[in-house]
Amino acid sequence: MAGNTADKIQGGVLGWVDARFPLSQLWNEHLAQYHAPKNFNFWYYFGSLALLVLVIQIVTGIFLTMFFKPDAELAFASVEYIMRDVEWGWLIRYMHSTGASFFFVVVYLHMFRALLYGSYKKPRELIWIFGVLIYIVLMAEAFAGYLLPWGQMSYWGAQVIVNLFATIPYIGPDLVTWIRGDFLLSDATLTRFFALHVIALPLVLLLLIVAHIIALHEVGSNNPDGVEIKANKDENGVPRDGIRFHPYYTVKDLVGVGVFLIAFFAVVFFAPEMGGLFLKPANMIPADPLVTPDLIPPVWYFTSFYSVLRAVPDPFLGVVAMGAAVGILFFVPWIDRNPVKSIRYRSSAHKLNLAVFVVTFVFLGYLGLQQVTALYGELTLRFAVMYFLFFWLLWFHSKERSAVFTLVSFVLLVGIYSFYDYTRFDPANAQLLLTAWLLPTAYLFVTMVVPLFARSLGRDRPVPERVTA
Amino acid sequence: MKPLIVILSLTVLAMGPVSLQAAGPSVPLDRVAVDVTDQAALQRGARLYFNYCIGCHSVQYMRYNRVGRDLGLTENQVIESMIFTTDEEGELTGPGALITNAMTPEYGEEAFGVEPPDLTLVARVRGEDWLYTFLRSFYLDDARPLGVNNVVYENVGMPNPLWELQGWQEKQVGTNGEARLRVVEAGSMSGPEYDRAIRDLVTFLSYLGEPMQIERQRIGMYVLAFLFVFLGLAYLLKKEYWKDVH
Amino acid sequence: MANEGVSRGRRRFLVAATSVVGGAGGVALAAPFVASLQPSARAQAAGAPVEVNVSQIEPGQRISVGWRGRPVWVVRRTPEMLDLLPGIRDRLRDPDSEQVAQQPEYARNPHRSIDPEIVVLIGLCTHLGCSPTYRPEIGAAEMGADWAGGWLCGCHGSRFDMAGRVYRNMPAALNLEVPPHHYLSDDVILVGEDPDGGTA
Repeated sequence: MAGNTADKIQGGVLGWVDARFPLSQLWNEHLAQYHAPKNFNFWYYFGSLALLVLVIQIVTGIFLTMFFKPDAELAFASVEYIMRDVEWGWLIRYMHSTGASFFFVVVYLHMFRALLYGSYKKPRELIWIFGVLIYIVLMAEAFAGYLLPWGQMSYWGAQVIVNLFATIPYIGPDLVTWIRGDFLLSDATLTRFFALHVIALPLVLLLLIVAHIIALHEVGSNNPDGVEIKANKDENGVPRDGIRFHPYYTVKDLVGVGVFLIAFFAVVFFAPEMGGLFLKPANMIPADPLVTPDLIPPVWYFTSFYSVLRAVPDPFLGVVAMGAAVGILFFVPWIDRNPVKSIRYRSSAHKLNLAVFVVTFVFLGYLGLQQVTALYGELTLRFAVMYFLFFWLLWFHSKERSAVFTLVSFVLLVGIYSFYDYTRFDPANAQLLLTAWLLPTAYLFVTMVVPLFARSLGRDRPVPERVTA
Repeated sequence: MKPLIVILSLTVLAMGPVSLQAAGPSVPLDRVAVDVTDQAALQRGARLYFNYCIGCHSVQYMRYNRVGRDLGLTENQVIESMIFTTDEEGELTGPGALITNAMTPEYGEEAFGVEPPDLTLVARVRGEDWLYTFLRSFYLDDARPLGVNNVVYENVGMPNPLWELQGWQEKQVGTNGEARLRVVEAGSMSGPEYDRAIRDLVTFLSYLGEPMQIERQRIGMYVLAFLFVFLGLAYLLKKEYWKDVH
Repeated sequence: MANEGVSRGRRRFLVAATSVVGGAGGVALAAPFVASLQPSARAQAAGAPVEVNVSQIEPGQRISVGWRGRPVWVVRRTPEMLDLLPGIRDRLRDPDSEQVAQQPEYARNPHRSIDPEIVVLIGLCTHLGCSPTYRPEIGAAEMGADWAGGWLCGCHGSRFDMAGRVYRNMPAALNLEVPPHHYLSDDVILVGEDPDGGTA
């Protein structure tokens, strides 16, 4: 950075600061001289938007903390105090509750972007791992925060989730008592969840976000073509396909911010409950340990994993499956070993696989909000299986597989869940079971077996040298 | 074939808006359109509330003077028509106080089997249609301790506080097995009059649930208008800078 | 990066316009957050004006009522006390109530009150906020023979006269504060609200 040194000599306030703190250096390394690929598209807005939501949550959270009372006797009334007595308290509270849901919207889209363009692949595995950690801490943060208003949904939702730990053999019941700090969910639980929500987890979250960004700026951003722009530099060592983050991406992200804020404030001002998705009616009743609501679905951003839990009849194995559904994300960089990063140059079979995964995830989320019926239970099971099959297929599509391997593994996989179906076969619901059986089977058949006969469907395309416009 | 159709239609459903009503009541609800900007309706609803409901149901997250201000009442009107409680020193509760009542939870439980709930948020919990239908669906039932039952909320502990207005209804079973209510002893209001009164009351309850709802939407319009201007400028700025990028 | 076809002026204008609009939005968004820290409806209800009936106050007697967590004194002064007020002018720091923040306009007079007999004061010393002791006895022995009645602050010895005016060379530099108040009727004072409805 030759120009940088010249700046320092020039002196002034900036020079004074730079001699003591690398202000200009930070600015240049992370914004002005940070070269990002010039072909970012729509999907690349969500990283900066996640940061924006984080700021919204922290600022509104600080103000809410000034009025909220973390006490089982006072918490519910203090939320209504914020909504009615504190000037503009309703706006701050609605921004925070809406912000929680928008955080997950943005983070899910951000994660999906990584799946689309293979952003988790070498050399970006650590960025992805930090990202998954952020996602997990964010879930814990949201879960702890949801208890605080101390409404019926807060109470019983936390009750159900905390009791999941009770399924762990031997230590489960004692562990649950320890988590609650009482023999039932009570004031003790509320106070410690408050501490976790306002101090502990946000600190961890901030540290992880810093690590996420440092790792990103170390290796540089991926892009929709999955081409390494650092592989092609000009005589000054600047990537030919890179543009300075500031001003080009700062002004572009500003457009994203504008669109995002319109959506965000449209919800805050016109639909803060979002039809019960963001704020549930039952949570307007103060927590009552003696009365259980009819239906206790988690908030929408947890329901996909909640469905995986419900798909497994054994409680402990259900918890294990749910944990695995989240935990498997850590291994994605090593599951998908295909050298082609971007979906643009991946096979049709892989594209279909990712599309089915989106449908699966959304559908699991929908089912997690519903009361279990025979039909929904069956569908939940099938989609939970398909959730995990996605990762199998991700590995399977890492390279072209032989016909023998393909057919053997196909038969084996179908055989496994068909055997399970055989053990629970009941003539009474045979039709439902057999029809639902078609779901994962068709999924596997189309993404694995069909490309054997239509080779072009399973073949990746050549990746260009440079990014495309 | 049927399950497949169900699965397919569910796929379509899942993409559309999700209805999240928990296990609802067994009877279809009558729909009601309330207008919380209608101050006259709010005042009529408040009058009903403070004459018939406040004795058992507090509004403990709301303040008298806030209701007065939002409904366009003077402080004296608030004191005369809403405040019936006294503080520890026996003085009339001040207009800045929360709207509580004199009923203790113990007394409520003894009289009705359950403590009458606070109704500040009831409109957000139950919805306006539910309240509108519920308050018009009491009927005589000798099997109940207080001689009254409700079609919407089976075996509710609450008697019909508005019987003087509505009169008494009896339940009859229609040709398709559905419940039908018929007034057997007239009250001071005709059927349509009573429906309007209940609509006013539900309007007031809806207001209580979220007193800032009108202000919220009004401010929202300005905020969105501003953001569209900002977005327009940001877009032009982006276009301008990106002329550099080839 | 080629820069042909780039209008510097247009670019500068757009940067300025976006910054101004964005900045205005930021300020507008900050306003509710700042306003939320104002006393809430609960605090305002707790700090509502207080009615005081003065008909039962004997001449020379002081009663004390609470308003916004502070003691408010209401004293019915005897004619003798009122007669002594002009005579001690020279010994006072601000005999003519020139510090306008210490009393509303309608109490900026020699007796610092609406009704000459009845004075309303906030009972906190303007030095460090102790509540001074009422010493109405004229010529009380330990106060000195020329004591015209008033208050003595136990913390640092500041002295105030029967109109709450501070003596010279005392730790306190300001007269006792007169809160906003007005008469609802001949006998009832509303403390905490000006005659025109404004509050402190």
